[in-house]
Amino acid sequence: MKFDTPATTNPIDQMKVVGKATTRIEGPLKTTGTAHYAYEHHDAVPNQAYGVVVGSAIAKGRIASMDLEAAQAAPGVLAIVTAANAGTLGKGKYNTAKLLAGPDIEHYHQAVALVVAETFEQARAAAELVNVSYARAEGVFDLAATRDSGKEAKDQMPDTVHGDFEGAFAAAPVQLDATYTTPDQAHAMMEPFASMAAWDGDKLTLWTSNQMIDWSVSDLATTLGVPKQNVRLISPYIGGGFGGKLFIRADAVLAALGARMAARPVKVALARPMMFNNSTHRPATIQRIRIGTTADGKITAMAHEGWSGDLPGGKVESATQPSQLLYAGEHRRVTMRLSTLDLPEGNAMRAPGEAPGMMALEIAMDEMAEKLKLDPIEFRILNDTQVDPVKPQRPFSQRRLIECLRTGAERFGWSKRQPQTGTQREGRWLIGQGMAVAFRNNLLVKSGARVRLNDQGIVTVETDMTDIGTGSYTIIAQTAAEMMGVNLDKVVVRLGDSSFPVSAGSGGQFGGNCSTAGVYAACLKLREAVARRLAIKLDDATFAEGEVRSADKRVPLQAAAKSGELVAEDSIEFAELSKTFQQSTFGAHFVEVAVDSATGEIRVRRMLAVCAAGRILNPTSARSQVIGAMTMGVGAALMEELAVDKRLGFFVNHDFAGYEVPVHADIPHQEVIFLDETDPISSPMKAKGVGELGICGVSAAIANAVYNATGIRVREYPITLDKMLDKLPPMI
Amino acid sequence: MTISRRTFLIVGAVTAASVALPPFISVQASIANAARPIKASVTIWVNDEPRDLDLDTRTTLLDALRENLQLTGTKKGCDHGQCGACTVIANGRRINSCLTLAVMHEGSKITTIEGLGTPQQLHPMQAAFIKHDGYQCGYCTPGQICSAVAVLGEIRDGIPSHASPSLTEPPKLIASEIQERMSGNLCRCGAYSNIIEAINEAAEASA
Repeated sequence: MKFDTPATTNPIDQMKVVGKATTRIEGPLKTTGTAHYAYEHHDAVPNQAYGVVVGSAIAKGRIASMDLEAAQAAPGVLAIVTAANAGTLGKGKYNTAKLLAGPDIEHYHQAVALVVAETFEQARAAAELVNVSYARAEGVFDLAATRDSGKEAKDQMPDTVHGDFEGAFAAAPVQLDATYTTPDQAHAMMEPFASMAAWDGDKLTLWTSNQMIDWSVSDLATTLGVPKQNVRLISPYIGGGFGGKLFIRADAVLAALGARMAARPVKVALARPMMFNNSTHRPATIQRIRIGTTADGKITAMAHEGWSGDLPGGKVESATQPSQLLYAGEHRRVTMRLSTLDLPEGNAMRAPGEAPGMMALEIAMDEMAEKLKLDPIEFRILNDTQVDPVKPQRPFSQRRLIECLRTGAERFGWSKRQPQTGTQREGRWLIGQGMAVAFRNNLLVKSGARVRLNDQGIVTVETDMTDIGTGSYTIIAQTAAEMMGVNLDKVVVRLGDSSFPVSAGSGGQFGGNCSTAGVYAACLKLREAVARRLAIKLDDATFAEGEVRSADKRVPLQAAAKSGELVAEDSIEFAELSKTFQQSTFGAHFVEVAVDSATGEIRVRRMLAVCAAGRILNPTSARSQVIGAMTMGVGAALMEELAVDKRLGFFVNHDFAGYEVPVHADIPHQEVIFLDETDPISSPMKAKGVGELGICGVSAAIANAVYNATGIRVREYPITLDKMLDKLPPMI
Repeated sequence: MTISRRTFLIVGAVTAASVALPPFISVQASIANAARPIKASVTIWVNDEPRDLDLDTRTTLLDALRENLQLTGTKKGCDHGQCGACTVIANGRRINSCLTLAVMHEGSKITTIEGLGTPQQLHPMQAAFIKHDGYQCGYCTPGQICSAVAVLGEIRDGIPSHASPSLTEPPKLIASEIQERMSGNLCRCGAYSNIIEAINEAAEASA
């Protein structure tokens, strides 16, 4: 179905199942270890062999020679794949660097070989015997040094220039001009990249861990040079992705090549220390923000200019993008510049663009409020806009930011905060509170599903949608249950298989809304088929409590499938509405920190997020999405940074000991409030995304709280002790 | 064959010698050495059943569980003791199963996530995780649950932690104690706040 007019009343509005806090339907499997992830399909095919990846020891240059003799002679070795023997390989549309390097090397730990052996231990030992000689070339690894060479990425993020920024800024009585940096960050999902490949003639089946099944089928086919219809991907459970598993990676391609060469199924998981340099990461940014206001705090001029780097042919991290839409102000300039770096590939990580952009913008807003002697909440409310600031004829479909801010302030006790920094003490701890706005656009992507009804009254949904921990299984089941008028336990959901209809997939916080809208569309078709079979006029029919009811009839739903299973398939396609309206999600973050007055150690004590993101399909999993994003935001604020070796060109801290992510002891009890909202412009579900909203702005709220506690303004993330120590207020 | 602790140590020494190669031993010699993967038999009690294994001595307990016994509930997140996804309970104490070789566990009693409960018959901790949504992607979850079950045992047994105010007083069942003890189990989805609530509920139920 085409979604081209705002949704009116529909069966989802009943909210008998949708919108109810529901525990995950796959919970009993995940909590008992019986949900099988990519590397765990022992029963799928017999005779599985093991592959271990060898990564490049240089960042840039070429392979001078490879000596495989010792590795080949090692016990149990079945095959060694290298670029020299893999045949001609293509490159997927969504990959920047090649997934198997040779002879040219594009980045450190780029895969150069796969060693396949009978056992994991043998493959790992033999991989150590692969002897590669490299000819190292000079590379460029320092973003700051390349800043001036950055170019506008016209097709990805063209400059927004509106009015006369320079003139308006110069004339503004109150000005801020500050520069912020965010470091390279890693997805660091708990399940490593993993795939198992099995060939049956020229047909390939790949059990893998992937967020976007259809993209990845295409890219795997392109890379291997085989027809798309010969490739099947199966990815029922994904141990975290966060954007890192949007694309096929080396494990997928090398498992397929290894299985072809060894003539056996082969499974490959990337070793943890290879994950950080072999795969993608969130690129570092430099952001300069200038804000000019009237004396009473109205923004007249706003410039947000950013710089990021990537491999040749790569993408810009569109960090300044939120400044196109978030606040009012007539004269504006929003730009990004992309320079070439020879570090590993930069790409999407949870809320690409917005997450690092909001880390900077929301500190700048805090700084500006202080200059104006305005409360930071009131300053934001003063500059709220209900329309696209540069296209005033284009309103937001819903924008309840002010309500988020007011609700949060009330719940958090914001009025008790001391605006003067460094004035709240509890023993050796300096206490501070900070807030920031959360903002993330709502994206709409076509999504399909197939729905079956059998004579037992079981409704089965099949779609290639994935559940990366987001709760897709459950919200899809809720949608089908609501539409067909059955209990949740009558619904079976099958996901992550390319033999199912193509869905939106999991990315850009569009998956929940779009995939359920696709299921809605398919269920409408199934309702038609049911009504036809039962000879009930569809307009008169209601689907409730396992029955189809009309004025004069009550028939059990399964009766419609008595003469054979009913199958319906459809997809949702989004049309003009997204151009007429700006669709975004909003929120407000509130944080309290305690900073050790002697050591600068920062402890997060309280966290609250208030979100307005359309209909919340499952408050349980939606809340989890938000607290998870807040947790990742704590990491971004306080500890996460891929340290760049600028001489040799790689991320030094490439495991969990060096790349620190938040642990239990770092995270307090977290509170989330969802405003009661529906957005009929978004989809028939009237929902939007929340999975990325929660990370946008939260790091800045922490930075602002640290400032409130100590008077120390750190503009270079992460906020670590070394940046605090020499500036701490005097000990009492 | 069964291997005694003494013969195992001798075997271990041979393996170590082949790793730290003196300069006069050629690569060819090391290949010849590696051509004979050293195997050992071991019997491990896994979830109350004796399992006889004939293993490459390099096999970690984690890989023995996941690959040889096909008990894939125990997860491999980092394979070197940094993430906790592979946590199992060995003789009543939780360990990272990636940091120990299977052949070191002759006679050990190992409890994995599969041994705690099943989808039809959940352990109270598993049920509490579901109720409080103490997981998202589910990959760290078996490790979190095994760890949580053992943590309650440690507190019950009076074992102090870094967060305990006193080394001699019994530790209290409070959030800071649980958070400290659970900090070796990473969850990148960020379910920590819910996990603590789940553990609290399971603790209260078992108290």
